[in-house]
Amino acid sequence: MIIELGHYALVLALATVIVQFVLPVIGTARGDRALMAVAPAAALAGFFLVLFSFSVLTFAYVVSDFSVANVWENSHSLKPLIYKISGVWGNHEGSMMLWLLILSFFSALVATFGANLPERLRANVLAVQGLISVAFALFILLTSNPFLRLAPAPAEGRDLNPVLQDIGLAIHPPLLYLGYVGFSVCFSFAIAALIDGRIDAAWARWVRPWALAAWSFLTAGIAMGSYWAYYELGWGGWWFWDPVENASFIPWLAGTALLHSALVMEKREALKIWTVLLAILTFSMSLLGTFLVRSGVLTSVHAFATDPTRGVFILGILVFFIGGALSLFAFRAATLKAGGLFAPISREGALVLNNLILTTAAATVLTGTLYPLVLEALTGEKISVGPPFFNLTFGGLILPLLLAVPFGPLLAWKRGDVFAAGQRLFAAVGVGLVLAAVVLYIHSGGPVLAYFGLAIGFYMIAGAVTDLWLRAGIGKVKGKVAFRRLIGLPGSAFGTTLAHIGIGVTVIGIVAATAFQTEHVVEMKPGMQVESGGYTLVFEGMRQGQGPNYTEESGHFNVMRGGVTVTDIWSSKRLYMARRMPTTEAGIRTFGLSQLYVSLGDAMADGGMVVRVWWKPMILCIWIGALIMMAGGAVSLFDRRLRVGAPQKVRKVKPVLEAAE
Amino acid sequence: MMRRLVLAAVFFLSALPSAFAVNPDEVLADPALEARARALSAELRCMVCQNQSIDDSNADLARDLRLLVRERLKNGDSDEAVIDYVVSRYGEFVLLKPRLRGETLLLWGAPVVLALAGATAMLLFARRRGGKPTGTPLSETEKAELERALRGD
Repeated sequence: MIIELGHYALVLALATVIVQFVLPVIGTARGDRALMAVAPAAALAGFFLVLFSFSVLTFAYVVSDFSVANVWENSHSLKPLIYKISGVWGNHEGSMMLWLLILSFFSALVATFGANLPERLRANVLAVQGLISVAFALFILLTSNPFLRLAPAPAEGRDLNPVLQDIGLAIHPPLLYLGYVGFSVCFSFAIAALIDGRIDAAWARWVRPWALAAWSFLTAGIAMGSYWAYYELGWGGWWFWDPVENASFIPWLAGTALLHSALVMEKREALKIWTVLLAILTFSMSLLGTFLVRSGVLTSVHAFATDPTRGVFILGILVFFIGGALSLFAFRAATLKAGGLFAPISREGALVLNNLILTTAAATVLTGTLYPLVLEALTGEKISVGPPFFNLTFGGLILPLLLAVPFGPLLAWKRGDVFAAGQRLFAAVGVGLVLAAVVLYIHSGGPVLAYFGLAIGFYMIAGAVTDLWLRAGIGKVKGKVAFRRLIGLPGSAFGTTLAHIGIGVTVIGIVAATAFQTEHVVEMKPGMQVESGGYTLVFEGMRQGQGPNYTEESGHFNVMRGGVTVTDIWSSKRLYMARRMPTTEAGIRTFGLSQLYVSLGDAMADGGMVVRVWWKPMILCIWIGALIMMAGGAVSLFDRRLRVGAPQKVRKVKPVLEAAE
Repeated sequence: MMRRLVLAAVFFLSALPSAFAVNPDEVLADPALEARARALSAELRCMVCQNQSIDDSNADLARDLRLLVRERLKNGDSDEAVIDYVVSRYGEFVLLKPRLRGETLLLWGAPVVLALAGATAMLLFARRRGGKPTGTPLSETEKAELERALRGD
């Protein structure tokens, strides 16, 4: 009964989002305020209905109601509670429910916090959000309904894919979707601006917090996914340029560009048309990613049975929204007036360069991801585009951007002086080179290029700090004054610095972990030892174990340094009973920012075990950098200036009031 | 095989099995040769896997290919000769970094063309806009208001 209520709520939610789309559109066309005012109420109602529906599905998972086909296919009564809950979105139907839930969540947020938006803009934005919700609610109800029942109900479920029985599944998809779907708000704002043919700095000020929030979540989601893959897949890779990863990386690149161009628009009223286009493209890339992952079109996706009706349906959604938005853009972009002028060498110019490189990089990754599919569809010829291609092309494109990043904040708006900025970055370049030299002295060996990579990372961090340093006047004015100036700087200044430091930290992690990692593949018998990263691992032997829904074999290793045992590592291989499927649970120990990574292979006929041991120096920097970037986004988001609504009205009113006093 | 097929990508986690690729018995005695073998392996696709190089894959076919690469290297082949040989046997599909050919012209051309086109557009735009006034001129009422304000009324 409760299941049917959830199903019913979903249908009702569809009806509600149809209202959320239709009535405000009529309202704005006729100038009917009552109809426009329906939008926020409908958005909130839609959100609570989807939330209820989603909760019912979660409930079915928690109580292991195997009469629901979706639960039977993806759950097991013995599964720990947390994986029962996260298992809700560990499958196609449930993940689309999560998509819809987050989409309606963002609509509800716009409805709640959009009180200071102009009436028409808010109605239009919510109408577009409503239309997207209609498409996805229809998609779920028509092709991917999670509420279908089985009769008779099976006694036991088929369990969730063991790789997914991990805390990573609980965190990664919600974060990623918050990012992915968050860009829908920017998209809706762009469409609303095009419909109204009106766009100004206030528009950018409304859009930027949403872009920042979505970007921060997407950053965290990608980083989390990367770390999850790193520890779960058992051979220490952390980025594979797999199409599914690219599908989340392309919107991230476009979203990063959007953040920066929205900044230009807000501060200088320039790049208006481009910002609108980017807002459309970013969410289009999110939709494309959803299509690639959900339709089964990618060769890498085996998880979901390739069902053409779903693929065609999402393709329809994709074509409708991207095609519709771009046509609208083509018709209406000319009505948006161009804004402020700037010299090529200026803060704006630097941000344009940022946009040029980021969008080119996004397009390159997109081309590489789709090329094999398109080529095979057109000519029947199969080619592979893998990591060596992406490393070369993406690396080549992004390198100049990394070098240019510290320049951006140091250039003045309108007309900057690149030589003066360069002079101010002298210290940062020096810091980078010296620190890289120090690493060379301590570490010695390894490819020369790696030290340049490290130097770039250190230079980026120092360069990011330079901006705050100069703005606070540290060393030029008294310490107290400098401190007061520093804490008086706007949150967005700290946000920028943090985000740019984060990239530097990630660069250092990538370079160090790639260039200086060591790998040992050995066959070990109890008592044997292997050296890695200055530590000695002694193999103590194997032990059998039993989990709630799996059996496992664990290898025990003592980690010694200088003859003294420092710690120990357990590395396991599991066999999940329901699916008879093996997984490796790598043994990982963290030393500072570096990790020892131990993975078990096959047992040999003579009683030895194949063991792989990696020393991954500084590898945690990769994800810590991403967290710092995310923190930068959050700090910017809480910049007071972004929370103050459109300021121009207040300013117009104020002088009058003062005059009256 | 089964493991690989059953293994799944959900969301954006790569669809890569918990692999265990190079085994101790495959490793060449000569470290320089082994390093070359590893570098080559990273560029060759495991034909039966999804987006995995033979260096990362535990499939039997990947193992055969790894052994083949090492065999050719031991026989004194250059890196190019090994790649050519593998391609002649398995086709272009085996290369994770496609070679520049008619069919891949757009693939390799895209980054270059896009970057150049973007830069050109930027320059043209900057030149076209150069020197021209921007923004909307003041309306008559605004002008009058400005006049009044300047006169200090």
